[in-house]
Amino acid sequence: MRHLLSTADLAKDEAIELLDTAAQMAATQSREIKKLPTLRGRTVVNLFFEDSTRTRISFETAAKRLSADVINFSAKGSSVSKGESLKDTALTLHAMGADAVVVRHWASGAPYQLAHAGWLDAAVLNAGDGTHMHPTQALLDAYTIRRHLGGRGGGLRRGGDDGVGADLAGLRVAIVGDVLHSRVARANVRLLRTLGAEVTLVAPPTLLPVGVESWPCRTSYDLDATLADWQPDAVMMLRVQRERMSGGAGAFFPSPLEYTRYFGLDARRLAVLPPHSIVMHPGPMNRGLEISAEAADSERAVIVEQVANGVAVRMAALYLLLSGTTEGTAL
Amino acid sequence: MTTTSVPPVVLRGARPLGGEAADVVLADGVIREIAAPGAAAVPEGAVEIAADGHVLLPGLVDLHTHLREPGREDAETVASGTRAAAAGGFTAVHAMANTSPVADTAGVVEQVWRLGQEAGWVDVHPVGAVTVGLDGERLAELGAMADSAARVRVFSDDGRCVHDPILMRRALEYVKAFDGVVAQHAQEPRLTEGAQMNEGVVSAEIGLAGWPAVAEEAIIARDVLLAEHVGSRLHVCHLSTAGSVEIVRWAKGRGIDVTAEVTPHHLILTDELARTYDPTFKVNPPLRTAADVEAVRAGLADGTIDIVATDHAPHTREDKDCEWGAAAFGMTGLETALSVVQATMVDAGRLTWADVARVMSANPARIGRIDGTQGRPVAVGEPANLTLVDPSATRTVDGAAQATASGNTPFAGRELPGRVVATFLRGRATVADGAPVAAPAPAAARGGVR
Repeated sequence: MRHLLSTADLAKDEAIELLDTAAQMAATQSREIKKLPTLRGRTVVNLFFEDSTRTRISFETAAKRLSADVINFSAKGSSVSKGESLKDTALTLHAMGADAVVVRHWASGAPYQLAHAGWLDAAVLNAGDGTHMHPTQALLDAYTIRRHLGGRGGGLRRGGDDGVGADLAGLRVAIVGDVLHSRVARANVRLLRTLGAEVTLVAPPTLLPVGVESWPCRTSYDLDATLADWQPDAVMMLRVQRERMSGGAGAFFPSPLEYTRYFGLDARRLAVLPPHSIVMHPGPMNRGLEISAEAADSERAVIVEQVANGVAVRMAALYLLLSGTTEGTAL
Repeated sequence: MTTTSVPPVVLRGARPLGGEAADVVLADGVIREIAAPGAAAVPEGAVEIAADGHVLLPGLVDLHTHLREPGREDAETVASGTRAAAAGGFTAVHAMANTSPVADTAGVVEQVWRLGQEAGWVDVHPVGAVTVGLDGERLAELGAMADSAARVRVFSDDGRCVHDPILMRRALEYVKAFDGVVAQHAQEPRLTEGAQMNEGVVSAEIGLAGWPAVAEEAIIARDVLLAEHVGSRLHVCHLSTAGSVEIVRWAKGRGIDVTAEVTPHHLILTDELARTYDPTFKVNPPLRTAADVEAVRAGLADGTIDIVATDHAPHTREDKDCEWGAAAFGMTGLETALSVVQATMVDAGRLTWADVARVMSANPARIGRIDGTQGRPVAVGEPANLTLVDPSATRTVDGAAQATASGNTPFAGRELPGRVVATFLRGRATVADGAPVAAPAPAAARGGVR
């Protein structure tokens, strides 16, 4: 694996290797000394063209736990606003000898361009691009699902068994909310399918993209029916951006209240789910909009654990990109 | 400029409109004689050109060219753009109005017209803006542009759509006074806010904001009905969807006076190319699906689409060497247009060379009302505006080697059939042996003062 740009590029064995490596990384994080010497002397640049404190901190933590040198480069703005261009930024990082570039960008495809335009020879790790992809988010989601449900086809795992080596065959995942603008949804649909899970996207028709019919998943406009009839093992709630409700005639739904009424996860809908099912959210949550406090704080919710798993998954991704293979390596 | 200093030319064995081989004599700016090989009376001092197997077409006429001057001389000038046009086999181009300042006054259109005269590569016919500053709010002084030395007949806010229906109605009506035409860039603005590429399977997957076909089709449908109601003629720029072809076909069936154009790139490229995130493939209207490509080819073949126009849109490297979302829309096309038409239509048996002469010369000249001098038959006595093409040649496109000042060709590295061997503007070779020839300084036009 040279770059991590899109979950659509990951073969099943590569995805499982990433998840298994993440499990190994997670195991080291319960040690008293969490830091590993693995990437000592390597330089990881966090290149953020869009603010995201959570994601940046997660990547920064992951790189530091692997002893890499970390440089945070906040390049908010763009060539549009006459800031430094993507190309010049890339050439600068190349000149400085970056080994890996973790890039978050408002423009779909920017990480792909960084990886392929010949401006840079570092490994490129997509930390979210526009409305396209967010592969490490999908990997941490898959990792979280596997930890709880993997290989069991409908029962919670016992403690201490992280599902290592397993795929997600037979599991059902509902992804609910603003699919149209969501890189998390796109990344998850591809990865979950590769790992054998079934996915149903649930959203108002305005928030499903034209062309979604070609995606390897089902779609539904009815959350209640999906929960009751399809009985998903995991429900992933997507964040609804405030700006989707404004814009007058161009708003995507009539009001926050109506959105919550039809697509919010609350205690009543939670009660319909099978007992082993888990509730996920990539954060940050709009409590009371797409998810009620009761749902977010319930025992089913694994939202805080997703954050912890994010560090392990990003450690695994950086490790595999920068050292190439796990063969014969002891962590 | 006089033509007396230009030596006569004999094209040996050329095939007018792809027909029987003939010797064609050009002298005094006109076609002097077309005779069986060896039978022509060759004037003294004539330049002989071996043209065996080459197809002789009337000089191509582009109804849709962005020359960028005034304002964006870093991307293209009238001189560089018209040199590229000549290299592509053109003898006339219509220069779009979205310059800086906008070509919305007699002064600006006369400036562009004069620059074209001075460059001398092709006839430059400025397009006038429909509305002041292309802002879509009030009519520009269309009459003044029509009456100017540039004699503007084509009006367009290209790059933007005249979306206000009452303004579009007024424009369609007003230009009737001087036999003008409104060339509409059909793009419903509210349906395309922030749009980056064709809306469909590919945009859904790669996460670029969609430009739906309906945003083009809805405007075309409205405009043909408006044109019918007020009895005006309408030209539809760069039609790109199967639905648009259907609407124009329906309108023509009703007798509505509408003409339509397709670009070379919409005849061959699809939105699959956006998967590369290479902004070279970012264009407006966007590249569509394979089904749309087939529909525009069929529309061109059956006459629903009247012309091929390049929408040659040069851009600097900095406007393309960036994120897709930040990049400018547009691609160059003057030097590849004829090859794309040959590849997609002629070699595929869907158009003859005579048809090519119709859709790339006669029809665009008629729509632009320059058919007194351009887009004429290849016949004795007609102006010697001609293009000689070697259809058996192939070439690999190299953006850096093109005559245009910008490198944003979507065909870089692609092998295309056909090569323009020579172009003649009123009997003078602007292109010879496949390369532009320096134009003689038009002393009369320039005078002693700069």
